[in-house]
Amino acid sequence: MRAGMMRWLRDNKALAAGLVITVSIVVLALLSLFWVPMSPTKMNIAQKLKGPLENGFSSGLLGKDHFGRDIASMLMVGARYSLTVALASVAIGAMIGTALGVTAAARPGFTGAALGRLNDAIFALPPILSAIMLGALMGPGTTTAILAIGTFMIPVFARVTRGAAMQVRARDYILAARMAGEGEVTITLLHVIPNIASQIIVQVAIQLAMAILTEAGLSFLGLGTPPPAPSWGRMLADSQTYLLKAPHMALAPGLAIALAVLGFNLLGDGLSRLIDPRRRIER
Amino acid sequence: MSGNRAPLVEVIGLSRRYALPGGRNLQALDNVSLSVAPGEILGIVGESGCGKSTLARIVMALDRPTSGNVLLEGDDLFALSPRELARRRRNFQMIFQDPYGSLDPRMSVARIIAEPLRLLPERLSRAEKAKRVAAMLEDVGLRAEDGARFPHEFSGGQRQRIAIARALITRPKLVVADEATSALDLTVQAQILRLLRDLRARHGLTMLFISHNLGVIEEIADRVGVMQAGRLLEIGPTAAVMENPREEYTRRLLAAEPTLDFLEQPA
Repeated sequence: MRAGMMRWLRDNKALAAGLVITVSIVVLALLSLFWVPMSPTKMNIAQKLKGPLENGFSSGLLGKDHFGRDIASMLMVGARYSLTVALASVAIGAMIGTALGVTAAARPGFTGAALGRLNDAIFALPPILSAIMLGALMGPGTTTAILAIGTFMIPVFARVTRGAAMQVRARDYILAARMAGEGEVTITLLHVIPNIASQIIVQVAIQLAMAILTEAGLSFLGLGTPPPAPSWGRMLADSQTYLLKAPHMALAPGLAIALAVLGFNLLGDGLSRLIDPRRRIER
Repeated sequence: MSGNRAPLVEVIGLSRRYALPGGRNLQALDNVSLSVAPGEILGIVGESGCGKSTLARIVMALDRPTSGNVLLEGDDLFALSPRELARRRRNFQMIFQDPYGSLDPRMSVARIIAEPLRLLPERLSRAEKAKRVAAMLEDVGLRAEDGARFPHEFSGGQRQRIAIARALITRPKLVVADEATSALDLTVQAQILRLLRDLRARHGLTMLFISHNLGVIEEIADRVGVMQAGRLLEIGPTAAVMENPREEYTRRLLAAEPTLDFLEQPA
């Protein structure tokens, strides 16, 4: 049992590392609902710009920012917003994108082509740009960020699922389902989606990384969750002025973003290796 | 065998043209006419690309002909409304070539076999479905408990038995087998052919058996039709066609049956 687990870990290093990183971030984010080391919004000018543990535990594990707020606590609460935006936008993208993708695969004629062009049109708009436009329309905020990133995710999922669904649809069990009198909707729900679910899950993990990065970019520009709620992107933006005096202010959120992106990418990569036997062999 | 009974299936002047890129056309079927009597196994033989699979798909109403008709018990399949066609589908089912591609890997064997049961006019209870599936599994030489397992747990031959069980669960009058044994190795081929003959004896199946393999056709078919380039060259009782072919092409096909010394010739 133990030897088996060790071997699994060795064969799936990326997946194991990805799991450890992402689970830790999720746990820290959830923990912040009940407990943080210090209040993430309480200012303490006496402690401002203090480095990690510079004044002992009173200056916090990761130091203080320019208002003397505790950076470790801000990161924990910020993770909550990052993850919320990432999960919500990927959920939007995955659901609408998959629906469009499997529809396009089921109707390869005019409908499929039209959906393909629509995808290209959405894909041509960078998420930052659509967030600025959406922000002008409805004001910056969490919802704006979710909608902007979610819209950007739709064509990503539509493409992946369309390709995968077309492969599944070429199999004889789809013909057998037609022989059993099943319509296109039933075939899609019963045969196509279960057989492309693994590819969708892999894509979800990879796109979560993409969404976290984009969310940080949006809040860096002031288009994300508004203050006083802490966010990784804005912490990074605030740090610029103090880069030489207090580099920990930039390093902490910067590393948090990098780690989260790395974690979800490793997870996605590990899952796709686990699922795709061709990728399992080459290593 | 065909005798004086009305044919179960009549194919009349069937043609199918596919448009190829570049404005060219592929004549997959060219004015094919044939009929199958109840209880008969009609073999269709020909090299790959001769149109035999197109014929199978059109007889199963999975594709539409460019011209011509398919009559099942006297009714034109392509004149039926989609709803009426779906209702009739329980009378004709298909066995596919690739036992690895024809079973959904995410479904249990019992669900796969039960799939066509939705074609029956009456709604079956869960218990009734399970009973029929179990009986069908035993009918094709598997165990009733195998229904809970998944396709990847079975060998190619066993998978083809599952596919046969699915094709027969609605007690269809006509079964089309498109290269149903071609993906299997020789001993398993023989077992599946024996099973099909057996099932015909027990249930009075009518079959359209499509293969490129003359040996297989000789084993199972009462009559055989020879196809080339979309046309039906000749059709007749299997023994007569094999021993005394009328067409030059049939003679060449018979002569081309691979033997081991063929492999020893330098390429």
